[in-house]
Amino acid sequence: MNAAFGFLALVLHLGLMLAAAPILIGAIRKLKARLLARTGPPIIQPWRDLAKLAQKQPVLAENASWLFSAAPAAAFAATLAAAALVPSFALGMTTAPASDLLVIGGLLALARVILALAGMDVGTAFGGIGSSREMMYASFAEPALVLVIFTLALLAGGTNLDAIAGLLVGGSQGLRVSLALALLAILALALVENGRIPIDNPATHLELTMVHEAMVLEYSGRHLALIEAAAALKLLVWLGLIAAIFAPFGIAPAGAPPVAWLIGLGAWVGKIAVLGVALSAFETSIAKMRVFRVPEFLGIAILFAMLAVVFLFVSQGFA
Amino acid sequence: MGHLAYDAAHLFGGAVLALSFVLLYQRRLTAVINAYALQALVLAIAAAWQGWAQGAPHLFLTAAITLGVKAIAIPLGMHSFVRRLGMNRAVESALGVFPSMALGVGLVALSIMVVLPVTAQSHMLTREDLALALSVVLMGMLMMISRRTALTQVIGFMSMENGLILAAVSVEGMPLVVELSVAVLVLLAFAVFGVFFFRIRDQFDSLHLDHLDRVDGGPR
Amino acid sequence: MTALFLPAMAALVSALLALAVASAVAADANRAHLAAMGSLGICGLGVILSTGFLLTGGQADGLTIGVGLPGMPLHLVLDGLSGAFLVLLMLAGVAASAAALDDHGAYRATAPFFPAFIAGMALTLLAGDGFALLLGFEVMSIASFALVLTDHRTPEVRSAALLYIGVATVGAVCLVAALGLLSFGGDFSFAVIRAHPPEGWRATAIMVLTLIGAGSKAGLVPLHVWLPPAHAAAPGHVSALMSGAMTKIALYVLIRLMFDLCGPGQPIWWGAPLVILGAVGAVLGGLRANMEADIKTVLASSTVEHIGLIAVGLGVALAARSADLTGLAALAFGGALLHAMAHALFKSLLFLAAGATQHAAGTRRLDRLGGLIARMPKTTVMVLIGAAGLSALPPTGGFAGEWSLMQAVIAAPRIGGLGWQILMCVAAAMMALAAALAASAAVRLIGVAWLGRPRSPRAAGATDPGRPMLAALAGLAGLSIAVGLFPGAVLGLLAPAIGFATGAGPGAHAGAFMIAAQTDQPGYAAPAIAVVLGLAGAAVFFAIRRWTVAGERRAPAWDCGFGAPPAWLPFGDPATQYGGASFAQPLRRALGTSLMAAREKVDMPDPGDLRPASLTVTLADPSAAYLFAPSGRLRDRLAEYADRMQLLTIRSTLAVMFIALLVFLIAIAGLQHL
Repeated sequence: MNAAFGFLALVLHLGLMLAAAPILIGAIRKLKARLLARTGPPIIQPWRDLAKLAQKQPVLAENASWLFSAAPAAAFAATLAAAALVPSFALGMTTAPASDLLVIGGLLALARVILALAGMDVGTAFGGIGSSREMMYASFAEPALVLVIFTLALLAGGTNLDAIAGLLVGGSQGLRVSLALALLAILALALVENGRIPIDNPATHLELTMVHEAMVLEYSGRHLALIEAAAALKLLVWLGLIAAIFAPFGIAPAGAPPVAWLIGLGAWVGKIAVLGVALSAFETSIAKMRVFRVPEFLGIAILFAMLAVVFLFVSQGFA
Repeated sequence: MGHLAYDAAHLFGGAVLALSFVLLYQRRLTAVINAYALQALVLAIAAAWQGWAQGAPHLFLTAAITLGVKAIAIPLGMHSFVRRLGMNRAVESALGVFPSMALGVGLVALSIMVVLPVTAQSHMLTREDLALALSVVLMGMLMMISRRTALTQVIGFMSMENGLILAAVSVEGMPLVVELSVAVLVLLAFAVFGVFFFRIRDQFDSLHLDHLDRVDGGPR
Repeated sequence: MTALFLPAMAALVSALLALAVASAVAADANRAHLAAMGSLGICGLGVILSTGFLLTGGQADGLTIGVGLPGMPLHLVLDGLSGAFLVLLMLAGVAASAAALDDHGAYRATAPFFPAFIAGMALTLLAGDGFALLLGFEVMSIASFALVLTDHRTPEVRSAALLYIGVATVGAVCLVAALGLLSFGGDFSFAVIRAHPPEGWRATAIMVLTLIGAGSKAGLVPLHVWLPPAHAAAPGHVSALMSGAMTKIALYVLIRLMFDLCGPGQPIWWGAPLVILGAVGAVLGGLRANMEADIKTVLASSTVEHIGLIAVGLGVALAARSADLTGLAALAFGGALLHAMAHALFKSLLFLAAGATQHAAGTRRLDRLGGLIARMPKTTVMVLIGAAGLSALPPTGGFAGEWSLMQAVIAAPRIGGLGWQILMCVAAAMMALAAALAASAAVRLIGVAWLGRPRSPRAAGATDPGRPMLAALAGLAGLSIAVGLFPGAVLGLLAPAIGFATGAGPGAHAGAFMIAAQTDQPGYAAPAIAVVLGLAGAAVFFAIRRWTVAGERRAPAWDCGFGAPPAWLPFGDPATQYGGASFAQPLRRALGTSLMAAREKVDMPDPGDLRPASLTVTLADPSAAYLFAPSGRLRDRLAEYADRMQLLTIRSTLAVMFIALLVFLIAIAGLQHL
């Protein structure tokens, strides 16, 4: 019975993630436009864009290889696999035993490497500039991510996301300086990984200021649709990850009846909405930083995460 | 104190420390002043929280002084000085941002290692709070030695003093907290005004014709 | 039945040595073929034997052969630890020999050294006393030195080989000293040493000497400087064997001396040097892999990185064993072995592919290659598989290994005090940085050399290599995938070695489908992740089929509106692509200037000047700058002194000898009273 519920929850979760990801992007765009006193496109505009792009044949560069055509689907699949591991409204999904935080990080890295390779495939300068910068950001983001995982593993005794969320939802850990510092670090990470302002501008039209958009510059048609959907899904995965770890309240525990799922769903929507509003407000109030300030920014995230670990050593009385 | 009271007090202490890092990270004078104001604000909240949690009304007075003077009055005054004197907006730093931040983490680790053995008998969370406060003090000093402009040095000094207040309010039953904060306040006022007098003198000193020669690309 | 494994392995070693002699006297034309074919057969047998040995439980077995120094017969021992490394060595040997079959007359001169090289490594693994260990280690060093010199007409090759043999000599001296200190009453056999483990300053000295002696061969910082040039200079199949197997043999020596012979009674801090050197090496190697301009040097730098990661795992295992945390020790040691196994497979694969590429495209330089995905399609697929392992992406073996290592580091804080805990925290951050740097290096390597457009006519005319090489590549790729999908099974195979080194029971952390940090906890389920990925891929595929319009159009690259290239540049202007130096620029600026002393020099001609603009990048490995250069100067100064000694009068010469004698006697007297 539990297994059936777990599978049902997984299917519903994946459907929810896929449907909500473009809506989240649309909502953030709308809110940002309102904050700048513009009307902005409707919230479902990203869905319309995807539908439109899906009906267009892609135009490939003459020397594009099979890797270029396969990359968008592969990157989307890797992101989708990561999405299947991050719980939204209920714990104890079928994938719960496999939802290791390092694995989730690895799957997102897989998606990134695939797209970075595709950026190099046609051999244009913009693709290269995007790929190389993306990989540099990733190099600095990874240590911060691992240190955040380190913090959580010390608290929860393992790196399984489902177990961590299940533990933190009990509130036994209370408020912790370490968790606060880790939250700061992971927020910075989420900005970098999703190419948000101040790291990268997802809406820019100046190629030289772009990172992620420059990397996928050559894509069009259904390929572009997949890439945009993957980017939206990735943002939702990150926000869902932050919500599951740092605000796990409301989430339905493993084996709970589907009624609890409704509460979990409401809580999840609320949490994502809060994070989305915070992101929009932050993005409208800050300017993009120079590329070579980003390592410094991520360095701060690394240091914060390191402090989180050190404080945990102290307060858990290992010393 | 209950579990939650401790946790929240602890969290405020952590926030003050995090803002010390934010202070080190800033590159613009106005942002430094704002970050300092924010730190003072968090400190005021921390003091008020401790006043409530410990049932010590005099801590509310400390909180009010911190809020009124350090979070509002001094930052406003500094902003107006910066505007009126047309000071250079960039923070001149003797040490890069990242090295000073890394040094900051080292200082935190150091203060933990110093405080923990010394206070072995106290409650674990008190010890941690003391370690936080000592880190804030050390980071203030770091800011003073690693920044070149006088204003940032004063802010470093004041942030150091924030660390002292943090230490004073976090330990239960500490006497003379209010007196301490008032005394430090007077000292601060002197320091701030002293700096601005020096600053003005500096400006007159630097109104030397030799400096003007460089402007139009003359001989160096 | 089980008693037969050791004699059979010993017979294989002798067969390899005989093969070396036979190919030395064979006719010029079929010398290389004979050596490769023979090694292929022998290594194939070796794979079967060593796997069988591990599967039947890996019971230790000893053998004494009456050859060697007078009064000192050779002891051979086969136990779980040597069995595990034999599997690794023989697998790499099979692949390298198969690839060597695809020779082009270039390997003829040094062909006899190839079986000798494998024999030396196998003898090191089978050694049951200090003398046999050193004998095998030195045969391995000298044979590989000769193999590096295969292309000895190139000056870079000669200088790389000289640097290599220099470092190898220093390492050998240190190993001799370490084994001398280990010996008990003049007996070098491991069984005797094990019964009398060293203590105090002697143990510390042995540790330091082992770290230098074995670490220099493994490519552990700071003695890794020789490794990138030497591994790049050798022919492809030799580099594959050097990077894939020889570095692991050196790690085996390190494990044998520090885990086995020094006994479990050593202090906890013994793990710290390994962790520190490993973490630093991982970051430096990863960074250097992002800067180098030669595909094989890139791969060799990444070997330094992976060896560093393995060393971190060994350090944690050592410390955990001293603290009696057997489960943690087994986790860390298993992670190190698993990563060593995965690395041996994918790095051999990549080096073989690099050799094939060099032959097909006539160059190893990144900025002369490009567009090979269309010209060497089969090789490219293999390279992608290997590079995924190198970047530690799930679900590859590289990810499984690094996952276990990271779990070990995350669990390690409970071993020691605050200092050790902070070390673990920093080590975790550095390992993550190294892994991400490796991914960046892999993207750069493939993106520049295999994707894009060809940058030279030779690269445009490249083709896939011959069948033996393709078979070797495919075999290694298949094994890499298998290790990635079933890391638990591999850990199960390696259980005798893990049990031998850490005292843990078999299979504590590994099921067939899941590897876990603790037995009762969820962990990394590689097959499940692969299935999830596969299902997601299938879903995307069907969604595309169902909801999007089919087909695609070809047009000149958009490139933000830049014009299509003129007709006489069929591949466009290759120089407008992102090259190796340009891809490295962000990391070079962010980390390279401080850690690798990277300097850029841009030569921009004035308008009207027809000179091409150029960018020159110089790098300096910190260890080369701060360790090797000063020691070179020291050597020069010593040589000067020695020079002066030759001109001494007879009286002074006698005085020198007298003083030397006195020092010697004082040392003996001092040792007796200690």
